Amino acid sequence: MTVPSPRRSGELATRMLVLWCPDWPVVAAAAVGGVSVTAPAAVFSANRVVASNAGARRNGVRRGMRRREAQSNCPDLAVFAADDGRDARLFESVARAVEGLVVGVEVVRPGLVAVPVDGAAAYFGGEHALVERLVDEVSAAAGVECQVGVAEGLFAATLAARCGEFVEPGRVAEFLAPLPITELDQPGADRAELVDLLRRLGLRTLGAFAALPERDVVNRFGAAGVLAHRLARGRSERPPLRRSPPPELTLTEEFDPVVERVDVAAFLAKGLASRFCAALAGHGLACTRLGIYAVTEEGEHLGRAWRCAEPLTPAGVADRVRWQFEGWLRAAPGQRPTSGVVRLRLEPEEVVEGRSLQLDLWQNGGTEEDDERAARAFVRVQGLLGPEGVVTPLLDGGRDPAGRVRLVPWGDPREPSTPPDATWPGRLPAPSPATVLDRPVPAQVVDAEGNPIGISARDRLTATPHALSITGGPRREVVGWAGPWPLAGDRRRTGPRRARLQLLLAGEPDDPPEAVLLHCAGTENPLWTVEGVYD
Amino acid sequence: MTAVVEPPVARLAALPGVSTASRVAVQAERARVTGRVLPVAPALAGLLPAAGLRRGSTVAVHGGTSLLLALLAEATATGSWAAVVGMPSLGLAAAAEYGVDLRRVALVPRPGAELPAVAAALLDGVDLVAIHSETVQAAVARRLSARARHRGAVLLTFGAWPGADVELSCRFSAWAGLEDGYGHLREREVTVRARGRGAAARPMTASVALPGPGGSLAPSSAPVAVPLRDEATA
Repeated sequence: MTVPSPRRSGELATRMLVLWCPDWPVVAAAAVGGVSVTAPAAVFSANRVVASNAGARRNGVRRGMRRREAQSNCPDLAVFAADDGRDARLFESVARAVEGLVVGVEVVRPGLVAVPVDGAAAYFGGEHALVERLVDEVSAAAGVECQVGVAEGLFAATLAARCGEFVEPGRVAEFLAPLPITELDQPGADRAELVDLLRRLGLRTLGAFAALPERDVVNRFGAAGVLAHRLARGRSERPPLRRSPPPELTLTEEFDPVVERVDVAAFLAKGLASRFCAALAGHGLACTRLGIYAVTEEGEHLGRAWRCAEPLTPAGVADRVRWQFEGWLRAAPGQRPTSGVVRLRLEPEEVVEGRSLQLDLWQNGGTEEDDERAARAFVRVQGLLGPEGVVTPLLDGGRDPAGRVRLVPWGDPREPSTPPDATWPGRLPAPSPATVLDRPVPAQVVDAEGNPIGISARDRLTATPHALSITGGPRREVVGWAGPWPLAGDRRRTGPRRARLQLLLAGEPDDPPEAVLLHCAGTENPLWTVEGVYD
Repeated sequence: MTAVVEPPVARLAALPGVSTASRVAVQAERARVTGRVLPVAPALAGLLPAAGLRRGSTVAVHGGTSLLLALLAEATATGSWAAVVGMPSLGLAAAAEYGVDLRRVALVPRPGAELPAVAAALLDGVDLVAIHSETVQAAVARRLSARARHRGAVLLTFGAWPGADVELSCRFSAWAGLEDGYGHLREREVTVRARGRGAAARPMTASVALPGPGGSLAPSSAPVAVPLRDEATA
């Protein structure tokens, strides 16, 4: 095969091969959950579809759909929660399979790998031969399907992988021109606003946007617009920086004791990431290709490069380090390193001038001195007690006062998993109990004759509550009550009938009554527990 | 010959530790503006000597998790950070109903034996630290109070605390809203009583609805100083 030599103008990006596993979050979730790949499945975050497979899409499941709507369109849909760590962990086997054939593998995000194509294509005797070997190798080693595209630059190659195309050298602009403008809004690029504006201006395709003169784009859309314009024209994101990053920016950290657990690695990664990015920012640089290298106690060397279209923020670096540790430490036995990691090296393999990153930091509200001081204190306590020692509460959707609260370890992203403003039938009206026992206490509710009472099949109390004894203690008289609030829950899942009850208990002779929240499960032998105290 | 007769108020105000009401008010206002006092809900402000939680002070709350949550609300809502140590059973849904900004709250539910170190580290960086006093020894408690004073943090303690500047205690009255199987717990009148040292030496009481309608805090009557003869009999 004769390949015309690519134009060596500095403007054109290097020719890249992108290997894309479609619907990767669903593939990974199905593999972990033991669901067949062909069965309809979708991954949800905050009750909305974030990814679905072909089976689900055939049944009308779309991105952004609510779970209830998706399930009504496709009743046998397998529902999974989004989990970045799981995606990254399973993708490690794909990255390893690609690395077996080609050097210089860069993981863009779980589901997408990029490799420079020139050397490997020459070695394997042409791009087509290389791609054939790659697809075979990935499906044999990792057992997943993938699509491959080749083009100049990461952006064009990613789009080429979507359609499984080989873009002839020098014809990137022609390939990109008919594609819709919405393709500019790739995950992680954060260009939704720009794309929406361009669409409303009547620029529906990348070609129409590329046809605008660059000077006008600068005037109207600023630096971010120029970047998108360069992509639409098939140029590299930014002119490559000629000098290589100074070696002292590489951050090496020794661990004692060795790191064997992902949560410990994730915690350490946060501190390392902020130091790494601060050192880069000191040189006015930001990193777009991050090399993560580790040495284990037994002397094994592990390494992987992560590529990012946008300069990496400290949070982005920390995420990638955490994902990489998930991939290494929780791989299948046999591929896992035999001992813990003693040394970690973060290497900025490709850097860009960091102006755009500084702008980003500025836009993020600029961490005030107080916030920084508090964050330092929390991290110090995490150092004393472990990463789970300091948590921040997050109010989620839910029925019970304890289930509405999710505790997120300090530093982890606070994302609600369900919309907190949705209606929850059976949720107790405000006020909520000020004390929610972390371990509910068993109790017994009896009627005037001393017989235990429960919930009838019609969600009524079988008798009027008269007294309550907590863990077999003395009986306390009930002076007021309200409820029961039945917990309907999932109709398809049968279980004991459950309900909640508010009771007002007589206190000591001079004291006012005390209010408690009780939970009841079962009709025949009701199991009562005290869940909360209104104190 | 006429001697210069000082007005009696000025003479009294010149005594060490005594101040005029207007000067106290001016000082309180200045402290509030310069951020040396963390704000509390208006219904509770009258109880506290500086009309808020003065930085460096220790405030002990007796017998009412609701009151603790209500004290956290205003400060976190105006951008201060709070940490709650050793209270794994805190009702966070109730906290949100009282107006606590949960994004600015961190919990250390089980500090265990590290409690002194954890509390000290938090007092260094956080504006408002709430601690359950049950497992804290008296010597540690004094050290933590001193640390709060030095670092300009507010130490809120749940339960008795040696050397607290202000002690707030609750007297609950009956709940409203329950009608023999109907309705739901709606609101409750609480009489909060404040006493302490220094500027807080004169006991004050205020009635608040805790929780009021909708779960938040509502004022029910303005704070009043406890008459001295009541104090003698109380």
